[in-house]
Amino acid sequence: MERRTIFAGWKLPLLLVAPQLVLTFVFFYWPALVAAYESLTRTDAFGIHVVFVGLANFRDLFADPLYRAAILRTVEFCAAVTALSLGLGLVLAVAADRELRGRNLYRVLMIWPYAVAPAVSAVLWILLLNPQIGLVGRFLIAHGIRWDYALNGSQAMLMVVLASAWKQVSYNFIFVLAGLQSIPKAVIEAARMDGARGLYRFRTVVLPLLSPTLFFLVVVDLVYAAFDTFGTIWAMTQGGPAQATQTLVVKVYNDGVVNLDLGSSSAQSVVLMVGVVALTALQFRFLGRRSGT
Amino acid sequence: MKRRTLLAGAAAAPVAAAPVVKVLAAEPVKITWWHSMSGALGDQVARITRQFNAAHKDIELTSVFKGSYPDTLNASIAAWRAGKAPNVAQVFDVGTGTMLAAGPAVKQIWQLAKETGADIKPATYIPAVRGYYSLPDGRLASMPFNSSTAVMWYNKDAFKMAGLDPAKPPQTWPEVMQAARVLKAKWADPLNAEAKSAAAKSAAPAAKGSLIRYAVTTSWLTWIQFEEFSAIHNIPFASEDDGFKGLGAVLQCNSPAHVAQLQRFMAMQKEGTFKYGGRDSAPDPLFYTGVAAIGFGSSAGRGDIVRNAKFDFGEALMPWDPAVSKTPHNTFIGGASLWAMTAPHRTAAEYKAVAAFFQFLALPEQDAMWAQNSGYVPVTLAGDALSRKQGYYDKNPGTDVPIQSLLRSPVTPYTRGMRLGRLPEIRNILYEECELAFAGKKTAKQALDETVARGNVVLRAFQKSVGG
Repeated sequence: MERRTIFAGWKLPLLLVAPQLVLTFVFFYWPALVAAYESLTRTDAFGIHVVFVGLANFRDLFADPLYRAAILRTVEFCAAVTALSLGLGLVLAVAADRELRGRNLYRVLMIWPYAVAPAVSAVLWILLLNPQIGLVGRFLIAHGIRWDYALNGSQAMLMVVLASAWKQVSYNFIFVLAGLQSIPKAVIEAARMDGARGLYRFRTVVLPLLSPTLFFLVVVDLVYAAFDTFGTIWAMTQGGPAQATQTLVVKVYNDGVVNLDLGSSSAQSVVLMVGVVALTALQFRFLGRRSGT
Repeated sequence: MKRRTLLAGAAAAPVAAAPVVKVLAAEPVKITWWHSMSGALGDQVARITRQFNAAHKDIELTSVFKGSYPDTLNASIAAWRAGKAPNVAQVFDVGTGTMLAAGPAVKQIWQLAKETGADIKPATYIPAVRGYYSLPDGRLASMPFNSSTAVMWYNKDAFKMAGLDPAKPPQTWPEVMQAARVLKAKWADPLNAEAKSAAAKSAAPAAKGSLIRYAVTTSWLTWIQFEEFSAIHNIPFASEDDGFKGLGAVLQCNSPAHVAQLQRFMAMQKEGTFKYGGRDSAPDPLFYTGVAAIGFGSSAGRGDIVRNAKFDFGEALMPWDPAVSKTPHNTFIGGASLWAMTAPHRTAAEYKAVAAFFQFLALPEQDAMWAQNSGYVPVTLAGDALSRKQGYYDKNPGTDVPIQSLLRSPVTPYTRGMRLGRLPEIRNILYEECELAFAGKKTAKQALDETVARGNVVLRAFQKSVGG
């Protein structure tokens, strides 16, 4: 069923894709190449003294126990955000897939958080969780919990995971819901006729049919957690206390923009770029083959 | 008219030949100023720009808000690399080391004065202000602009309620700790405080447990409690006179005096009299919302405090530790200064205009007006004298405390300020290590030793990167 449009010659097609190619070049390839070059240099902020240092920046990076700790932290953070947002998205989508009164309103409300800017959502969460002024924060303290994310690293981590996952639940919800609705009703009916009930039916029939969607979402969520959570984390904790919420992308910003250490920051970007390429390759390899879309 | 604009456009382009500029001598010289002053401060920058342009018909100054301090610094650096740096960039105190190492990217003030023949004398400026922005031999590198210093804010109502004399704030660290204990017992403790206020005003008692108060908090922990602390006690924060003498400086902020300072805060935290409220200015609201009775902060925080505090507040000099130094020394400044930046094909007329702008800012009436409307200290001696003559300090008690603090003693090599490359990064390291100490994961000594070790790596990297 593949549809193909055949162009005569190559000029028109090239012209048609040119805007996209230009954008990709200007906003991706060019900066990526500059980052790759700068990762091999040691330079001051103004670029007055530039010394080619080979792979020294990478060596320094991986010899730094704080960087290795940041890698581990990022993995934990991504896993937590993905599990939480995908789990919630799945539960809520399954709930919304039923015949409910006010189903459309429910769906609209579910999708809402996705449209909230990261900084705004961070402020909302701070207003809830701040130990002095936050509703939840004060409640926790009043009940004897030593809630203080300015000093307690685990609590700060919990907070950024919650805030980051909350924003992504909507996205997962939409895709899982679409996935559920694309499962042929006949299959479900047949399972029901065969006596498969509730959870069992969900586990053995719905989940396998949903798995391409879920796999896609796992990859998207991981990439989201690794990269798009910068705004949320920066607005909430700036990576602190100590370095408890400093994920790799926060560290890139910190070292590049705050500390003006361009060589190391570029090297970190390159490491991240390799990570994304690997994730995306993984996705294409498995998903591309299985769903064929 | 059209031709003129075209020509003017051509003059700005790098290919333009010098004679074209001469033909257009009647056109005002255009200069730009990138800054980080938002809100009410931004209005003041707009006023300064307007008044300068009115006073200099041959110059057209444009001021552009470029975001936070790091944003402006980054934008200026990126612009310089692209050959389009602004004529004047506002750079925060901790970026001074970076700018000094910027060589051809900037024209230091002494250079600018020499080339343009402008009369800019370092002696015009308050010593503790100019010291921060001067070379070791006293030549000015950048133009002092918005300067503040560290002060101790305190809640007079809380002092009264605790039975402390609001006219006599604690002067030394032992006195601060003692006052904190009294404040905790008689003011911060919810049951006591409620009983008091109920007895005093028979007001409706607040919901139990909802009242969270702390005796002491501090904003800018690293700047105020370690860098300024070093100056107040005339001890080095880093070698080479806090970095003024060379790029080879190493941190020395793990001395017994510094360890005792961190231990003091840890002890107060343990006693329940100190609250760590986060980095930089994040703890400011703890003071002005009445949660903390003593708040160490920047003198530039006055505006926020006046606007928000629903209590009578006082501004006092920083306390000192008599075990380290018999008498307190001056504090140095924070804030930002103005740097003259270079660009290819920048004309002598532009540099002249920049020099004229800097001279304009140093006029006593301009300096006094800026200080009175912004909350920063006057940067010139004449501006300070004018403010005093106008009765500003008498009408606004406490506003001369920052000046007193800056003039508390003659400036020594350890009270000039910090001249360290990548100081923002070093501050963050110190924050991180202190946070670990406050979280009970490290001792004070361990935290500061680690700060020195990590900070020195940063200093060496900076030294290498600027070819030192």
